[in-house]
Amino acid sequence: MKIKTIALNTFKEAIRDRILYLLFFFAAIALAFSRLLAVLTVGDRVKIIKDVGLASISVFGVLMAILIGTGLVYKEIDKKTIYTLLSKPIQRWQFLLGKFFGLVLTLFIMILAMGLIFLIIVLLHTGKLEGRLLLAILFIFLELVLITAVAILFSSFSTPILSSIFSLSFYLIGHLSWGLETLLHKTRSGAGRIAIRALSAVLPDLENFNFKTEIVYGLAVDPRFYLFSALYGLVYTLLILSLAVLVFNKRDFI
Amino acid sequence: MAAVLEIDNLYKAFKVGFIPKKREILKGVSMSVAAGEIFGYLGPNGAGKTTTLKCVLGLIFPDRGKIEIFGHPPLSARGREHLGYLPENPYFYDYLTAAEFLDFYAQLFGLRKRDKEEKIASLLRLVGLEKARDLQLRKFSRGMLQRVGLAQALINEPALLFLDEPLGGLDPLGRKELRDVIVRLKQEGKTIFLCSHILQDIEMICDRVAIIVGGRIISQGALQSLISEKVLFTEVTLSGIDAADLIDLGEPVSTLGDRILLKVVQEDNIENLMELVHERKGKIHSLVPRTETLEDIFVEMVRQG
Repeated sequence: MKIKTIALNTFKEAIRDRILYLLFFFAAIALAFSRLLAVLTVGDRVKIIKDVGLASISVFGVLMAILIGTGLVYKEIDKKTIYTLLSKPIQRWQFLLGKFFGLVLTLFIMILAMGLIFLIIVLLHTGKLEGRLLLAILFIFLELVLITAVAILFSSFSTPILSSIFSLSFYLIGHLSWGLETLLHKTRSGAGRIAIRALSAVLPDLENFNFKTEIVYGLAVDPRFYLFSALYGLVYTLLILSLAVLVFNKRDFI
Repeated sequence: MAAVLEIDNLYKAFKVGFIPKKREILKGVSMSVAAGEIFGYLGPNGAGKTTTLKCVLGLIFPDRGKIEIFGHPPLSARGREHLGYLPENPYFYDYLTAAEFLDFYAQLFGLRKRDKEEKIASLLRLVGLEKARDLQLRKFSRGMLQRVGLAQALINEPALLFLDEPLGGLDPLGRKELRDVIVRLKQEGKTIFLCSHILQDIEMICDRVAIIVGGRIISQGALQSLISEKVLFTEVTLSGIDAADLIDLGEPVSTLGDRILLKVVQEDNIENLMELVHERKGKIHSLVPRTETLEDIFVEMVRQG
């Protein structure tokens, strides 16, 4: 109940923040731009539209999650609004979860809006409503949920600029870490191999959420892989949130 | 009377600077606040007033010491169920209107919808912000923020109210109004813990005070016992006597026409002065004993401390 109240208030805060609309505006431009790119391309135009469209939703979604997420907790501490809030009968974890769900709700609405624009552009071009694209968008959303948790973790002990850099690094590392697998195959067994194996176990693999290629090119995907990815996202998010609560519980608000 | 807030031997140090250096803010603060009183917590800037408050509210963790609010530790949600807190220089969600803002806090306490509407309306009336109900807080003046902050602190009918510099940033009329509100809250049976360095305000409304300097409580007790007893000097206005004859009895401060304002420090000299005036057929116009004010005590203690 208390988490819901804080979440709705966070949603209100994010929705009244100008940066959200700025990003949304650029996302809409990028989506429209995919249509223009298609005109300029030789080859399968529909694939270009889908490719660029999904990439835009993903990139602008991540920017929203990081830019708003890293500010949310920090602003409460910096502006001292957290003093009055935590003097009420609220536990710190409730506050943190409220912030998290508020931002997740905001991102859900934004992704939904961008997704609709995207579907309409594809519909105008192909004359078909492609439900499968929604699946790709759903997994983009799951990735954003994880990124939001990461942004909130960093912002619970660091400044917005540093947290943004950390969160963005997490995102980039997450999308490049699959390269470690390749490296693993090419390394001879020994200390180096163990180190790489340990690293690939700890580092996030955000490519798990990336079904863009499969869906755009109409490739078959084993349903078990969808399930695995969803579970992966859930467990990783829970882990990061627990860590954030641990850090936040120990903090002095000077 | 039962103590609603008990603080025992509280210590807190912060690490400051690039190469962390320990700085002790609280060095063994103890106090006890009884139910139904207005308790004043005084001290110069940086003495540790706000740090004490934050420890009590569970915003920072003391290194050592014990705090109990209604018999509960401060980190339990139960202990905070009946608390109200108005921070210093309050800053609130400026994207909310006054009504939305109070609604948010009312929801945190789980107030029912009907009660909530009534409560918000009555609180806005209490702090004189009925007209600003639908205005975003970003358009509020400093004094208005202070008022809406008080309304927020009262949303749960708290039994214990913490006010950190509640009268700062208010104009004289606003100060008087807020003072009246605080006294009314006391009459309703609430306990009020007031941090301030505006001494007149404390002197006017507090029952008991504690003075903190450099992280230590240097004095604590009922206001009367601290200030009422001591007469510092007596100011006597008289006429018909030569100023030169008065030098042994006191210090002539000023003369206006034939009237002399005399500052008499020793109480025995008052008797002698009366006799002299009687003898010389002079006249005494006024005789005002100046007792010690809280400010005098405060200044003296801070200097010593």
